[in-house]
Parts: sequence; structure tokens; C-alpha cells
Amino acid sequence: MSTNTENKLTAKDFSSDQDVRWCPGCGDYSILKQVQTILPELGLKREEIVFISGIGCSSRFPYYLNTFGMHSIHGRAPSIASGLKVANPNLSVWVITGDGDALSIGGNHLIHLLRRNFDMNVLLFNNEIYGLTKGQYSPTSPEGKVTKSTPMGSVDHPFNPLALAAGADSTFIARAMDRDPVHLREILLEASRHKGTSLLEIYQNCNVFNDGAFSPFTDKQSKADNTIFLEHGKPCVYGKDGNKGLKLDGAQPVVVDLSSGDNSLEDLWVHDKYDRFKSGVLMRCFDTPMPDRESLPRPFGVFYQEDRPCYEDLLQEQIQVSVQRKGQGDLDKLLKGTNTWEIA
Amino acid sequence: MEPTNSKTALQAKEERKDVTILFAGDSGDGIQLTGSQFSNTSALFGNDISTFPNFPAEIRAPQGTIAGVSGFQLNFGSVELFTPGDLCDVLVVMNAAALKANLHNLKLGRTIIANSAGFDKRNLSLAGYIDGNNPLSDGSLGKYRVIEIDITKLTREALKETSLGTKEKDRSKNMFVLGFLYWMYNRKMEPTERFIQEKFAGHPELIEANIAVLKAGYHYGDTSETFTTRYEVKPAPLPSGVYRNIMGNQAIAIGLIAACQKAGLSLFYGSYPITPASDILHELARHKNFNVRSFQAEDEIAAITSAIGASFAGNVGITASSGPGIALKGEALGLACMLELPLVIINVQRGGPSTGLPTKTEQADLLQAVYGRNGEAPIPVIAPSSPRDCFSMAFEAVRIAVEHMTPVFLLSDGYLANGAEPWRFPKSTDLGTIKAPIRKQNPKDDWQPYTRDERGVREWVLPGTEGMEHRIGGLEKEDGSGNISYDPENHQKMVDLRADKVARIADFIPAQEVDQGESSAALCILSWGSTYGAIKTAVRELRAEGQDVAHIHLRYLNPFPKNTGQLLRSFGKIMVPELNKGQLVKMVRSEFLVDAKPLTKVKGLPFTATEIKESALKALQS
Repeated sequence: MSTNTENKLTAKDFSSDQDVRWCPGCGDYSILKQVQTILPELGLKREEIVFISGIGCSSRFPYYLNTFGMHSIHGRAPSIASGLKVANPNLSVWVITGDGDALSIGGNHLIHLLRRNFDMNVLLFNNEIYGLTKGQYSPTSPEGKVTKSTPMGSVDHPFNPLALAAGADSTFIARAMDRDPVHLREILLEASRHKGTSLLEIYQNCNVFNDGAFSPFTDKQSKADNTIFLEHGKPCVYGKDGNKGLKLDGAQPVVVDLSSGDNSLEDLWVHDKYDRFKSGVLMRCFDTPMPDRESLPRPFGVFYQEDRPCYEDLLQEQIQVSVQRKGQGDLDKLLKGTNTWEIA
Repeated sequence: MEPTNSKTALQAKEERKDVTILFAGDSGDGIQLTGSQFSNTSALFGNDISTFPNFPAEIRAPQGTIAGVSGFQLNFGSVELFTPGDLCDVLVVMNAAALKANLHNLKLGRTIIANSAGFDKRNLSLAGYIDGNNPLSDGSLGKYRVIEIDITKLTREALKETSLGTKEKDRSKNMFVLGFLYWMYNRKMEPTERFIQEKFAGHPELIEANIAVLKAGYHYGDTSETFTTRYEVKPAPLPSGVYRNIMGNQAIAIGLIAACQKAGLSLFYGSYPITPASDILHELARHKNFNVRSFQAEDEIAAITSAIGASFAGNVGITASSGPGIALKGEALGLACMLELPLVIINVQRGGPSTGLPTKTEQADLLQAVYGRNGEAPIPVIAPSSPRDCFSMAFEAVRIAVEHMTPVFLLSDGYLANGAEPWRFPKSTDLGTIKAPIRKQNPKDDWQPYTRDERGVREWVLPGTEGMEHRIGGLEKEDGSGNISYDPENHQKMVDLRADKVARIADFIPAQEVDQGESSAALCILSWGSTYGAIKTAVRELRAEGQDVAHIHLRYLNPFPKNTGQLLRSFGKIMVPELNKGQLVKMVRSEFLVDAKPLTKVKGLPFTATEIKESALKALQS
């Protein structure tokens, strides 16, 4: 990839000529805007970027970006992107997917993409509902969720997407939300800089079929007390006045009140995104906030990151080694094989 | 025949035009290896050969049982051969079950070579011989010539000085059989000795043991006076040139590599292991120095979609599978059709439906390949006729896919995949070039991704090409721009354009030829795929007997060569033999309004030439 410092592109350069056709008020608009805003920061040319999506509301995304793109079939974007990256490792590849696309019909492809660690970015728009098919529950819908397909409430236990990614040995695991554009942009940039598959779950409000699914984390009044924004090397502080924190009691996260005087900043858990175990504990902070009892805050930010060789690089290495050992392929030698005879 | 140079009066040497040997034993007896070694040696000697391995789906089915019998049939001759032979002249059986399973495949009066150690009480009972009756001694094989050898004992004897355990010693008993047959048919042992040295490199004790047993088998023939005859099968008068031996799957892999080299493109192979297609993956994975990127995907769907992704980026995306795996790829085939990107899909057909008969051959996926997708999704379909033709048709598949920007189906089958024959391989310079319609520069400001040339083909613009960013997808696209369109007129137009593009490929394939016979013959046998050899043999014999029969073999099934209809209409009767319930016959009846009649077989086995002949004679009389 070449870097392009002259004539720096702007967000507008990344808008295609197509009308954006999500429902008015959809969280996807914000995500599109933040992605268009950060793309010029990558220092790449438009033609070096490819967006691949599956099926679902979010998967219309590539049509709205003036880069190369493919709107493919349901759940298969990770494997299409894998082939693309093998064929041309120089491209900046982005997979756009949703909770149904990535975790239900395409669940197999997602976990295998993560373990292989291709250098690409996966943006998983989670709205906890099937929007494009008009409102059935999804693999991230909470238990008891009443939808068109679950009039008596869902009996499915939902996925925790980040814990799933960790189980597949993902090398970059993060969460952001549509309603916090500044933080979303910051995490998008971090994801794009990671060498390896970065999985970024983005809470996205479907205002038509699942309005307010994330309101405890996104609404002004409740956000501060229900969320914690992780920063590597910093203590885990949250709350309206920064008056709450997280401590580790053995393997258990515990909420502490910093205003009582029993605990100070020094006592708190310092976030280490390279710590596989502790990041796993954060991923499991998955409580549904209840008004009547104290619950753990929902973390946002980069949970985990590690360096691991990328599939496409290892494959290229093998090709090079093969050429070193056997020489550049000689077609006549291949056609001839090892045992021949002549008939006069 | 004049006996030549006989060592003793008891050891005459007879000349034979062609011989069919069937090796049979437990799937752990090394039957496939014995068969393929004899084939290679015979091919090197200059015989024409045709082989047919037939093995159970289980890796090690219960020893001694009929279910566990593995077979390898080899036809070699001093004349041109097109099939592995209907019935065999020599049946080699390592145990009682192998005899029971295969006796019906032996010509009357011909030879059984039996390992007598495989006919003990236990083996007889496992094979289901009632009351332990031993067919070798109860007189029931009176119509055949039986050569009994205690191969197990002689093998152990030959290795008594070595430190190998009994189990290890017994593993080389297939070499004894091979050595004995090399003696019987006057073959040199060197090629197999070389093979053993390579196979067991680093294990000198195994090299020594296997060669010792091979020689013991040879010398046993030489010194034992039990046998009266040695046979001579002279080299076949094949067209002059340099030959090698080739198996179908191997030929496909080499054909794909050759085509990609000729197109100047890298080969991406996405695949999920499945019998009988996996050998293509194994072969391709060995040739990374040809810039082959082989990718073992997590499932069949990822195998094809990764290939589509690679094609988008400018590789030749290729995937292969068999029956159930192809079914899983259906949705992605529709996508490839819609995107109009090159893609090659190889179906090494096997017995179906569902898991069916994984190791047996069938041709029952033709209609699936031609029609089996949602929506109007035409895909070109081609099929090789023999193991060596797998090379040419794999090359063709890449050519059509790349030059016409379309997915292409290549229909092989289990019989071609594992069968072998001599191949007068081409020089790289003899192969045609393949011209990819890649556009590297924006020609003008109003360039559009779905603008077509006079053949109806769009340009291939790879991600990374400056100023030509565009989006493609599975939704119906507007003519030209490729933007999403739900316009009724546009959908009609796009469906027609995609169909037209595939139909026009008929302008870029060879005209259909009549393989044998006159175009006015009373009966035309119309075939496709791996049945070629049996039908060619049958028609040759029928014509030699004065019957007015012709043979047409189709390698291009969608679109058909342009003159196909005209040719077919010139015959009195048309018979279509297929290893399915009648699929090509449906296509030609609907396409050309000809009264073609089916001849079908679904036993997991190829047609024999005899079956074709008998049916042809009946058809001529009806």
C-alpha cells in the first residue's frame, strides 16, 4: 500500500453517487459517516480500499462508499474477503456485517476468519434484530425478546459476540456505538491500524424494529452509569462524576464507589489490552442493567489485542520458499512429469 | 502363436493383444499400489493402458469381508484401448472374500492367482463360504485355471533374515504378487524398484524388504515349474511421441495450472476435502512455485466464495467438489453468475443422492450443473471424456471462464478421477493463449463496469485500478452502471443479456464431430463424459461386424456446439447411454426435438462395452 500525503482526500471523496436508503433515523447513517470520516486518515488511495458485505440492512454499506466493493450473499463476506486478501494482500479490506449475517448464517465463516487472522477489519453492526426481513429476533436478541417470530418471547440464549471472537482467538476485539461518534472514530482508526483481523462490534439502533435496544448505554441520563470506556494502561473508572471504578476480586469484577473513601484510583483495575485473561473478564461484563440493583457497566473500547502472523503473509512466504526450492514453475517440466517413454 | 525362446518346454511364451488383470484383496492389502505399479511399468514398456480402481468408502473396512474388498482393474495391450476391459483374463485374489466378490468378473477358462493363506477357515467363514468349503479345493472352480500360491508364507520366507516383525513382513506381500506378474508378463522390475526407493527413502530396511519380496515373486515364477505359460504383450502402435502416464484428477490440476500460466494469472484454489475430488487439492498444493494459492476452506460454501473473492481481485478462482458439496455451492454459483466474474467449478461426480456412494462413479449431476440454481442463471458446462482429456477440458474451463467472464462447470466423475492412461503430453508452446479482458486504465470518463463488448462480455477491472472504483453485488443491477435496479424492463434486459452471453460461447468452441460412423447411420449413439471409452470400443466392434452405427461424443454440454441439432437430425435412431436416469437425453429432446432414447445404468459402475453393444443391437432391430 502506498501512502498518499499530497492532495489529502476528504470524507466527501469517499461518498458514492448512490442515494443512501436506510430508514430515517437508522444508526447506520452515523456509522457510514464516521467511516467516511476516518478513511482519509488511512493515507490510502480510494482504489486500494475494498468493502465486502453480506446481506442485511448494514450490508448495503459498500454501495455508499466510493471505493471498490462487493455486496455479496448472506453470511459469506468473510470468506469472499479471505480469497480477495490472498489474491491481493496489498488491499485494505473491510467486512461489513450484522448480527444475523455474521453470527447466524455466517457464523462458521466468521470464526474461521478470526483464527486465520487475515489482515482486515470486520465491522459487526449489532442491532439485536433482523431488520431487513422486518423484525424477527436475532442471535444477539436477549432471552424473552418479543418479536414477530417470538410472540411469547425468545427462548434462545443470545451470543456474546466478543466472547465468541475471543473463543476463536481473534487478535483484536473492540466495541463501540453509533451514538458516540467521537469514540467510534477513534476505535475505527485503532482497528484499521491493527495488523490482523480486527473485530469491532458496533451497537446500532434499529429505530423501526428494535428502538432503544441499547438506550441504557447510549442515552444521556443512563450512559455514564452503565458504561465504561476502556483505555489501555488507565484505571477502569466510570460513572457520572468518575466516581465509580472496577476492581478485580480474584477472577470477579467488582464495582467500587470512589466517593466513599474506601477505595482510591490506585486500587482500581488497570486495563491491559494485551492481557488475554483480564480482557476475557471484561468481555463477560454483559449484564442487562436493571433499575433495582447495581450491575456491572458495559465496556466499550479495545478489549484485547495481540500480534500474530497473518494468513496471507504465511501463504506468500510458502510460495516464496517453494520458488526458492524448486525454481519458478516450469510448465514444460510439469507437463512432462517424472516418468516418460518415447514411441518412435 | 509361435512360442518364443521358452526356457523349458513347460514355460512357453504366448503373445496376447491385450490382457485385463483384476487385482483384488483387503483394502489394507496394497491393491491400489500393486495395480498402479503394474500400470506404470506397462505404460513405460509402451503398452496402451486403461485402469479402473474400485475401492470401498471405508479406509479400513473389516478385514476379510466382502465389504472390505478393494479392486484395481487394468487393461494393457499392444492395441489402442479405451476401457479397462469388461471381464478380466487374470484375477488376482489375496483372500476368499476377494474371490467371492469378483469371480463373476472373470472370463470362463481364464486364470485365478490365489493367495492360499487367505483361504483359511477364518477367511472362508468371513467371506461367507458355507461350512468352510474351500473353493480352491472343492472343485467349484473347475471352469478356470487356478494358480495357488501361499504368498503369505513365501513372503515371510523371503524376509526371514530381516528384523521386521510378522505384521511388517506381511505388508509387503503385494510386492510378491507384483513380482510374479512381472515374470508372467515379461516386465522389468526397475521402475518399481525406483518407486520403492523413493517411497521408502530414509528407511533402508523397508526398501530392502520390498525389493527382496518383489524379486522373490519374480524368481518364484522363474523357478517353479507349476506354470506353463508366460505371455508377451507387445508395445502398442500409439502415435509417435513422448508419453507419460496420467490420472484424471492429476490431469485436471495440471490443466488448471497450464491455463493460468497461459492467461498470465495466478491460480486460487478454494476447496473443502471430499471424495473423489481431494486429489486435485493435493496436486495443486504441491505446485506453489507456479503461484498457486491453495486454500483449504472451512466448508464448501467458503471454498467457492473465497474463490469468487480471489477472482474479484484478479486471480482465476477455482473450486472443486462432488455431489453433496456441489449442492452447498449453489447459492454462490448464482452470485458468480450475477457478478460476471471468472470462476471454474469442478464436480467430480459420484453416486448420489445425498452422501450416496462416495467412491463409486455416476453422471447424475448434469441437470444440476445446467439448471440447478434459483433464477435464470445460465452457466457453461463442459465434460472430459477420458483421464487425459481432463487436461484439455480443465484448460478449456479456464479459457471460457476468463475470456467470457463467467462461472464454468467442469463435470468429471470418479471413474475419470482415478483412472489412468498414457498421455502424449503437449509442449507449453502448443497450448493456446488465454486473453483476460482486464482493463488497467480508465479509457474515458463514462466507463461503466457492466459495459459489454460484441460477445456480450464485460471488462474485468481489479481493485487497485486507479479511477475505476465500482461496486458489484448479487442484487439485480442496472445495465451498464451495475447500480442496484428494480426496474422491470431492466431486469428483463439483464436476464436476456446474461443468457445471451453464455449462448454466444457456442461461437467460440469447436464444431461437433462424429467420432465414428456416417452421419446417415441407422443408429447414433450419443454420449458425454466418462462413458466415451466403453462406447467407442462397442461402436468399433459393431462397425467391424458390419452394423450401421455412429458415435457422437459431446464435450460441450451448455451451450451445445452449433451444429449439434443438425447432426442429430440426420440419424435414423439416437440412443443416449448415461450413468443416470436419463439426463442428457432430456436435454437433447427438449433442445432439438429429436426422438432420442435413453440407456441408463446407476450401479456405481461404468458401462461395459458389451452392455452398449447388446443395447445397440436391440435398438437397431426395434
